[in-house]
Amino acid sequence: MPDQLVYAMEVTLNGLMAGVMYSLVALGFVLIFKASGIFNYAQGVLALFAALTLVGLQQGQVPFAHLINAVFGTDLHHFGWHLPAVVAIALTAGVMVLMAIAVEKLVLKHLVNQAPIILFMATIGLAYFLEGFGDVMWGADIKKLDVGLPQGISETIESVTADWFGYGFFIDNLDIVATVVAVALVTALTVFSQYSKQGRALRAVADDHQAALSVGISLRFIWVLVWSIAGFVALVAGIMWGTKSGVQFSLSLIALKALPVLMLGGFTSIPGAIVGGLIIGVGEKLFEFSIGPMIGGATENWFAYMLALLFLVFRPQGLFGERIIERV
Amino acid sequence: MLYREAGDFKTTYREDNQTFPIRFDRIAYYTTVAAAFAVVPFFINDYWANAVFVPFLIYAIAALGLNILTGYAGQVSLGTGGFMAVGAYACYKLMTAFPEMSMVLNVLLAGLVTAGVGVLFGLPSLRIKGFYLAVATLAAQFFLVWLFNKVPWFYNNSASGQITAPERTFLGQFVTGAQTSASAKYLFCLAFVFVLALVARNLTRGTTGRKWMAIRDMDIAAEIIGVNPLTTKLSAFAVSSFYIGVAGALFFSVYLGAAEVGESFGIQKSFLILFMVIIGGLGSIFGSFAGAAFLVLLPVLLKNVLVGTLGWPTDLAAHIELMIVGALIIIFLIVEPHGLAQLWRLTKEKLRLWPFPH
Repeated sequence: MPDQLVYAMEVTLNGLMAGVMYSLVALGFVLIFKASGIFNYAQGVLALFAALTLVGLQQGQVPFAHLINAVFGTDLHHFGWHLPAVVAIALTAGVMVLMAIAVEKLVLKHLVNQAPIILFMATIGLAYFLEGFGDVMWGADIKKLDVGLPQGISETIESVTADWFGYGFFIDNLDIVATVVAVALVTALTVFSQYSKQGRALRAVADDHQAALSVGISLRFIWVLVWSIAGFVALVAGIMWGTKSGVQFSLSLIALKALPVLMLGGFTSIPGAIVGGLIIGVGEKLFEFSIGPMIGGATENWFAYMLALLFLVFRPQGLFGERIIERV
Repeated sequence: MLYREAGDFKTTYREDNQTFPIRFDRIAYYTTVAAAFAVVPFFINDYWANAVFVPFLIYAIAALGLNILTGYAGQVSLGTGGFMAVGAYACYKLMTAFPEMSMVLNVLLAGLVTAGVGVLFGLPSLRIKGFYLAVATLAAQFFLVWLFNKVPWFYNNSASGQITAPERTFLGQFVTGAQTSASAKYLFCLAFVFVLALVARNLTRGTTGRKWMAIRDMDIAAEIIGVNPLTTKLSAFAVSSFYIGVAGALFFSVYLGAAEVGESFGIQKSFLILFMVIIGGLGSIFGSFAGAAFLVLLPVLLKNVLVGTLGWPTDLAAHIELMIVGALIIIFLIVEPHGLAQLWRLTKEKLRLWPFPH
């Protein structure tokens, strides 16, 4: 088999894995968008915040230590304990639920019936706030996140592919775990929204707020629920990305990468988020591999957006999105 | 008592249609302009010029530009930083390619180049809108920054990848480079702000502006009553990008002096300008100024209070600033979606009735 083809296959596989990571973030967007019509720009920062909280709890950091030290002149930094990963994850999930409640109470409740674009800008504000809040709470230095996920090159795949093609593929173990987790997450979410009572209520709200209200569904509860789930998805995404590249500010920028994913897949479709993520992941890796060297590299920065832009011109609702019908 | 239209009789249509129909407003406006041109330059020093006045003036131009696009024509753009970069790099190329050319011409031509690029990236707006368009403009942001980073022609193959403004004069005074005096920088920017604000105000009052607003309020309905969406949307993109390009050119040549594209014109800049427009007031010329002033002054103020007075570390102050800006955005959207401009409008309404409200 020619070398180029084998390389391209490896790049494609890696792209698929990267795509899964994008999908994880995009999923959080879709959930909130479906249930409340809000395009939640803060999703990426939620992931960052979740990862920061997880690391902080795990290592027993004193929250707001920096601020307290500055105000009172003390020298706090750690409580001196190390929580096991499972406990820390559970606690962080709790924090994300609290956050969901706070967001509903302080922000969303007051913005009912506003234009979608106003809500979008409010989530940009929320993103800024959370970014600052996370930094004040846990410090802004780059942190290492380790919850015991396998990392490094998968040797099994390398030796198997070496047997097949005479060239071992480099695939990160973490990416494989992420894929498994993403599949599990999507399955769980689909089952939840199709078969549970709350899931059905959630879909009702997504269809029509007022009709849902009139049959006795509590909008506010559903919103808290959805933001909690989105917080949980953000936590999962935060763990994956944080383990991969450390917990730092750039983590919140993956949210921007999820935008073209959403535009490709359609804002309202969970399968769309997955397929869109895979297309973007593979597309940008292959483009960088084939065309990138000719035009200076680092095309990953913009390829996804350009692809989405071109795509939108031909199909504005995305691959799986609901058709946009406008009435005067 | 002060703020009355009583006794201010309009005898011609021209008077009735003037920008500031109330005499008090007119006087306030002329006083502000006179003070800005004739008083401030004598008192300004380097600190005030670099920390407050020059960034305020330049951001005001950018905010005006974005307000035309987002506030008046209703097309949300997250590509402001990228368009500012186009202005900056166009200005740089012009400055280095034609050393004899007047700086004013450089800046205006840079604006025109940006207008062209803006129209190009505005084309998708004919098919898509809302968030989708916002994301499409993100494509512009990332692509342009990447382009200016990767193609050495744009930065004349300089080893650092930076662009540095050569010294240029206008009317015998240095306006760019290290020898520029604070008042020259200030006056140069102020002149642009004055003219551009005047043009923006009158554009938005006339046919063009009404078409923009019709498209903003409901594009399908506007199309039915005979507003051409193609020319209207693209003209909004062109005018807005022109303003943003001019702001970018001034930001690089007069304010920064040397710029690196990712750092000076990144996505953060796009959001900053968007916030100025939101806090100041969507669809208001005064709002663009108010928003720019607010977001330029806030960090200066916080820095002075938190770092200067309380002695907190700078990074902590920066984080607190993020929190405050974020919270303010949310509070403004909840309490007053039309921003500072609407607060000002309400105050004026109250003033008119004071001291005898019904």
